[in-house]
Amino acid sequence: MLIFTCPYCGAEAEETELTPGGEAHLTRHGPGSSDDELQDYLFSRENPKGVHFERWRHSYGCGKWFHAARCTATLEVFGTYPAQTSEPPQEIKDAISAKRPGWSWREFSA
Amino acid sequence: MKRYSAFAIAKEAFRQHTGWERAWRSPEPKARYDVVIVGAGGHGLATAYYLGKNFGITNVAVIEKGWLGGGNTGRNTTIIRSNYLQDPSAAIYEKARSLYETLSQDLNYNIMFSPRGVIMLAQTHHEVRGYQRTAHANALQGVKTEYIGPQRVKELCPIINLDGPRYPVLGGLWQERGGTARHDAVAWGYARACSDMGMDIIQQCEVTGVRSEGGRVTGVSTTKGDIACTKLGIVVAGHSGVLADMAGFRLPIESVALQALVSEPIKPCMDVVVMANTVHGYMSQSDKGEMVIGGGADGFNNYTQRGSFHHVEETVRALIETFPMISRLKMLRWWGGIVDMTGDRSPILSKTPLDGCFINCGWGTGGFKAIPGSGWGMAELMATGHSPLTEAFSLDRFKEGRFIDESVAAGVAH
Ligand SMILES: Cc1cc2nc3c(=O)[nH]c(=O)nc-3n(C[C@H](O)[C@H](O)[C@H](O)COP(=O)(O)OP(=O)(O)OC[C@H]3O[C@@H](n4cnc5c(N)ncnc54)[C@H](O)[C@@H]3O)c2cc1C
Ligand SMILES: [Zn+2]
Repeated sequence: MLIFTCPYCGAEAEETELTPGGEAHLTRHGPGSSDDELQDYLFSRENPKGVHFERWRHSYGCGKWFHAARCTATLEVFGTYPAQTSEPPQEIKDAISAKRPGWSWREFSA
Repeated sequence: MKRYSAFAIAKEAFRQHTGWERAWRSPEPKARYDVVIVGAGGHGLATAYYLGKNFGITNVAVIEKGWLGGGNTGRNTTIIRSNYLQDPSAAIYEKARSLYETLSQDLNYNIMFSPRGVIMLAQTHHEVRGYQRTAHANALQGVKTEYIGPQRVKELCPIINLDGPRYPVLGGLWQERGGTARHDAVAWGYARACSDMGMDIIQQCEVTGVRSEGGRVTGVSTTKGDIACTKLGIVVAGHSGVLADMAGFRLPIESVALQALVSEPIKPCMDVVVMANTVHGYMSQSDKGEMVIGGGADGFNNYTQRGSFHHVEETVRALIETFPMISRLKMLRWWGGIVDMTGDRSPILSKTPLDGCFINCGWGTGGFKAIPGSGWGMAELMATGHSPLTEAFSLDRFKEGRFIDESVAAGVAH
C-alpha cells in the first residue's frame, strides 16, 4: 500500500485517502496547437519502469493536488512536493539521486 | 511432431507414458531471422503462428524474457466475448471468438474453449440504454447478442440476487457463444504449433535494445547476444513503453496493475460468466470448481505485478451483494498482472516510426479473448504491410483524433 505525506496539510495519507492523477509536469497545449502537441498533452506518456513523477489528490483530506516522485518498479516513494511548479525541486531530485544514481525522466535528471 | 489423439493416449497407457515428446524445442538463438517477435504471450505466439500458417514465413524467433505464457496470458480470468460497440472492435474480437471455436482442432491441442455464455449485467438505467444500444450495434455487425430482462438473467444464473439494495439487476447483455478457455493451453498450443513449423521460441532471454540503421530496424540486443532480423514485432503488453523507448518512440500507454483471485473449489453452481461493470466485479466457475473473480484496475503506474488491496476489497464487496452465497468462501490465490492501458481503451496494432518495426499492444484488461484475431491481423500486417482487421487500430489515430472509444462499452476490466 502506498503512503504519501501531503505537502500541504502534512498528513500521512495512504492510498484510499488519495486519488491518482497520472503523469506530472505535462504541458497543457490548448487551441491553436499542432496535432503532435495535442497528442503529447492528451495521450503520450513516459510510463517508465523506474523513477516517475506524478500527480495525486488528497481527496479525503485537504482536497489539494500535489506531486510525488516514486519508483514504478519497486513502489518506493522518494518524496512529495506542492503542485505549483513546472519542475521537481532540487531536494526531491537529490533524494532520488541518493537511491537511483544517474536517473533521468524527460528533460529532468540529477 | 506426434499428434495428440485418443489413440495416442491409449498407446502411451500401454508403455508407461514413455513415448510423449516435449511440446516445443528450446533452441539457442540463431544469428538472424526474417522476423523476430518480442514477447511469448498469447498475442506474440499467435502472431508467429499465423505468419507461418497464413503466409509461409517460418524463419521466425519469439523471444521471451521469462517463460512463455508467464505474463498476462497466464494471469487472466479467461473471459471471451465479442459484444463490443464500435465496428473495428467487433470485427477483431469476433474474428478471435470464431477462431477460438475451432482452435483446439486447428492446433491439435485442447485449449478447453467453453462457450458457456456471458452476461453483462445492467444495474443502472444508463447501462440498460447502453447495452440495448450495443445489442443493436452487434446485430448490424453480425455478432449474435441479445438484451435480456431480469427474469432471464435469473434463469441463466440462479445464484444471482436480482434485488440488491443498491444496484438491482435491471437486465443484461447476453452473448450465448461467449465463454472461457484454458489460458495456459492457448499459449502452449500456439507454442507447440510454432515450434513444429520450425520457429525458435527462446525463453529466459530478455531484449535489452532495438538496433537500427538509417531509420530501419536491423535487430535486437538480448541477454543471449545480438540477433538480426528484417522485421520486428513488439508484443510485450505491460512492457510496451519500455520496448518503445528502446526503439525510439513514445506510446499513448500507461502500465497499471490488474488483479484477480480464486476461491476454494465448490460444487458446480454457475455455468455462465457474469460481469457487473457498475459495481466493478465479475465471476465465473472454473472446471475445478473455483470461483474466478476479477475487478477494476489500479489507477497508478506500476510494474510490480502487485496491486492495491482496497481494489480487491471493493470487488469482493460488490460480488457478495450480487451473489450472497459466496460470502463464506475462502479465497485460495490472489495475483496481479501489469496491463497496458491506452487513452481510448482500444488496442494498438500498427507500424511504428521505425521502419520494419511493428507493435501490438494496448489490450489492457481484456486481450485474452482477442488472441487469435489479433495474431491473425498482426501477421497479415507484418507480412503484407496492410490488414483490414488492424487498420483502424493504428498508432496515428491518437494524433488524428480517430479514437475507437470503448471506454464505456468495455467499461470494467475483463
Ligand atoms: C488479472 C487479469 C485478468 C484479466 N482478465 C481477462 C479476461 O477475463 N479476458 C480477457 O480477454 N483478458 C483479460 N486480461 C487481459 C489479458 O490477460 C491480456 O490482454 C493478454 O493476456 C495480453 O497478452 P499479451 O500476449 O499481449 O501479453 P503477455 O501475456 O503479458 O505477454 C507479453 C510477454 O512479453 C514478455 N516481455 C516483456 N518485456 C520483454 C523483454 N524486454 N524481452 C523479452 N520478453 C519480454 C513478458 O515476459 C511476457 O511474457 C486480464 C489481465 C489480467 C492481468
Ligand atoms: Zn492534504
